[in-house]
Amino acid sequence: MCLAIPALIKSIDGVEAEAEISGISRRISLQLTPEARVGDYAIVHTGYAISIMDQEEAEETLKILGEMASLVEESD
Amino acid sequence: MQDRILLSHGSGGKLARELVEKSFLRVLANPLLARLDDSAVFDLSGKLAFTTDSHVVSPLFFPGGDIGRLAVCGTVNDLAMSGARPLYLSLALIIEEGLTMSELDRVVASIQKAAEEAGVKIITGDTKVVGRGSADGLFINTTGIGVVPEGVNISGSNARPGDKVVLSGNIGDHSIAVLSKREGLSFATDLKSDCAPLGSLVAEMLAASLSIRCLRDPTRGGLAATLNEIAGQSGVGVRIEEEKIPVREEVLGACEMLGLDPLHLANEGKLVAVVPAQDAEAVLKAMRVNCYGKEAAVIGEVSVEHPGRVVMKTGLGTSRIVDMLVGEPLPRIC
Amino acid sequence: MRFITEFRSSELSVGLLSQIGRRSRTPARLMEFCGGHTVAIFKYGIRQVLPATLEMVSGPGCPVCVTANADIDKAIALSQVPGVIITTFGDMLKVPGSCLSLQEAKAGGADVRMVYSTMDAIKIANENVDKSIVFLGIGFETTAPTIAASIIQAKEKRIGNYYVLCLNKLSPPAIRAILDSGEVRLNGLICPGHVSTVIGSHPWGDIAQEYHIPCVISGFEPVDILQCVSMLVAQIEKGEAGVEIAYRRGVRPEGNPEALKLMEMVFESAPAQWRGMGELPASGLKLRREYQQFDAELAFDIITEPVCEPEGCICGDILRGTKVPQDCPLFASICTPEHPVGPCMVSSEGSCSAHYLYGGSFAG
Repeated sequence: MCLAIPALIKSIDGVEAEAEISGISRRISLQLTPEARVGDYAIVHTGYAISIMDQEEAEETLKILGEMASLVEESD
Repeated sequence: MQDRILLSHGSGGKLARELVEKSFLRVLANPLLARLDDSAVFDLSGKLAFTTDSHVVSPLFFPGGDIGRLAVCGTVNDLAMSGARPLYLSLALIIEEGLTMSELDRVVASIQKAAEEAGVKIITGDTKVVGRGSADGLFINTTGIGVVPEGVNISGSNARPGDKVVLSGNIGDHSIAVLSKREGLSFATDLKSDCAPLGSLVAEMLAASLSIRCLRDPTRGGLAATLNEIAGQSGVGVRIEEEKIPVREEVLGACEMLGLDPLHLANEGKLVAVVPAQDAEAVLKAMRVNCYGKEAAVIGEVSVEHPGRVVMKTGLGTSRIVDMLVGEPLPRIC
Repeated sequence: MRFITEFRSSELSVGLLSQIGRRSRTPARLMEFCGGHTVAIFKYGIRQVLPATLEMVSGPGCPVCVTANADIDKAIALSQVPGVIITTFGDMLKVPGSCLSLQEAKAGGADVRMVYSTMDAIKIANENVDKSIVFLGIGFETTAPTIAASIIQAKEKRIGNYYVLCLNKLSPPAIRAILDSGEVRLNGLICPGHVSTVIGSHPWGDIAQEYHIPCVISGFEPVDILQCVSMLVAQIEKGEAGVEIAYRRGVRPEGNPEALKLMEMVFESAPAQWRGMGELPASGLKLRREYQQFDAELAFDIITEPVCEPEGCICGDILRGTKVPQDCPLFASICTPEHPVGPCMVSSEGSCSAHYLYGGSFAG
């Protein structure tokens, strides 16, 4: 359950924001994430940001998994 | 002239005649239509293709098109999918009382423009008006007739193992463009419907290879439905690769947001061709030169395994079945 | 698509599969609770590539599937009230109640409109002040805060024609019910990523400790799911049982405090009917007294007929993970997506639908 996608916050207007994913824009509510800033990636579920993505954690995860994957390739 | 369509415009009297002359004849001008006989009479020989389609899209005007363009292109394309050269169309309108004259004029102008681009003539027509609330603004039925050139034998039952499956371009544009205007979904996009007449594309493909086995336009039900139909009719399996299917980033984004699958989305200016493997290069080359085939690609092939089923190799290298949806795809939250 | 495409990488997936293959020795059964995970697992053919030691089973995390017939009948009954506009997520439209689905009610003249968000439902309420707009509040803890937010907004802006039929459910009670029943022996839980974005990791930590079962919170892309499986296998092989967050970019241990606060303001927990599991205490949400003016059940007099469950349908067993779709005598013969008997076939997140649409002989 719970289709939610990372969308870039382009502008904020009070408790709402314009968010964009791959050229699709939609007005979303920031009622659940008052800490949101322009430039953040909001995780959007049914038009509401339910969380602000931790971009550092995302990059860190990709880096660790990438290193593991290249070890596998080398040993093949 | 009144600025709205009234019931009297459909009742065959003077007001109806005025509508036909001012709104239709003047714009769709051609000698056959101008006679205004009960039927259009003309000479035609050869193997004929004949098709009919009704169009009920809402909203009537959407990014990249409108119901008029959709109607012409839809019927032209059905003829083209049999390999025929589209020639003549009939045009029947069921108009809801209250539609503005300017909306009607816009639709008719669009019909003429699409007909000119497709090289077809509207030679007979009919107009009815129904009470408010009965027709979503406007319903259109078009029937088309064309001639199938010698040597062309195209059918959904012709696919054979080893044939290549070719797609003419990006999928999902039309559906997402129309959805973006639907109440309750409100999202903004630059995407436009891909609504286009494909007669010239098909003619160029046939010039490259007369052995094309199948042609289909993936309208309602999308690519998934079309491939399943071909697999079923021909009694073969179809294997496609996810990475090879052209889809715009915006369509992917909208699908992610709404929980839709691009394979199930309608297209109004694309075709799927099943082509003998040795002719695939030549057909692809011919397609890419046409403005409606620039992104054409081989997306898979016909196989002997899993007859009647379509299987897709995912980006991960695993396989999954691609099935047809039952009704229209619905956005979901989960 | 940023933060989506990277987590669909085949190189990273291959790396993780290799790690899982090296780690997994003990036969283990893993349950994914969330319908979104069920769909992702089938869509990417993940079952096909996991080692034979690992068995996957789907749990009751499809909010449409677990909505009881009686509750769907309430929604249908509301759609028949003159002046009511039903606004609903697309998931609910085709689910059959005892007699009708909402789609069929719409064909019969009811005003039923699909929306993507409660924001759209509020917009419809503002544009139709002479009508009553009823929003069907389904979903788990991911969706409940969005519904709470819409109710708070409606109160602040004095929108007097917006109502909610409260059918939201809570996830941990359902998992506990399955573990308590002992019907299915589970060795690990793939915990719902977006529910956890709201509720954090502590509820799963409690379950891990009380039932001695590894719990790992997963995202929804194939790399996320494989990473989660790898972490579960690591715990299983070491005989450990704790909670870990694999979906670190989306979930913090404390969850989303603001979302939890709004939920707490508007809702209180209540017993709820779960299809296949009966009534579970404190597993649903109802409106607190200060917000009861928005409760559709209180605002409208609706009469529903006694519930009839479709004969032969084993959706309940499938939701609890004790049976698979292929065990159902109706699966793919009488019960198909064209003519669904139970909700597990209607909902695209339902186990039966996923098996039917994506599985076939490739289900693994």
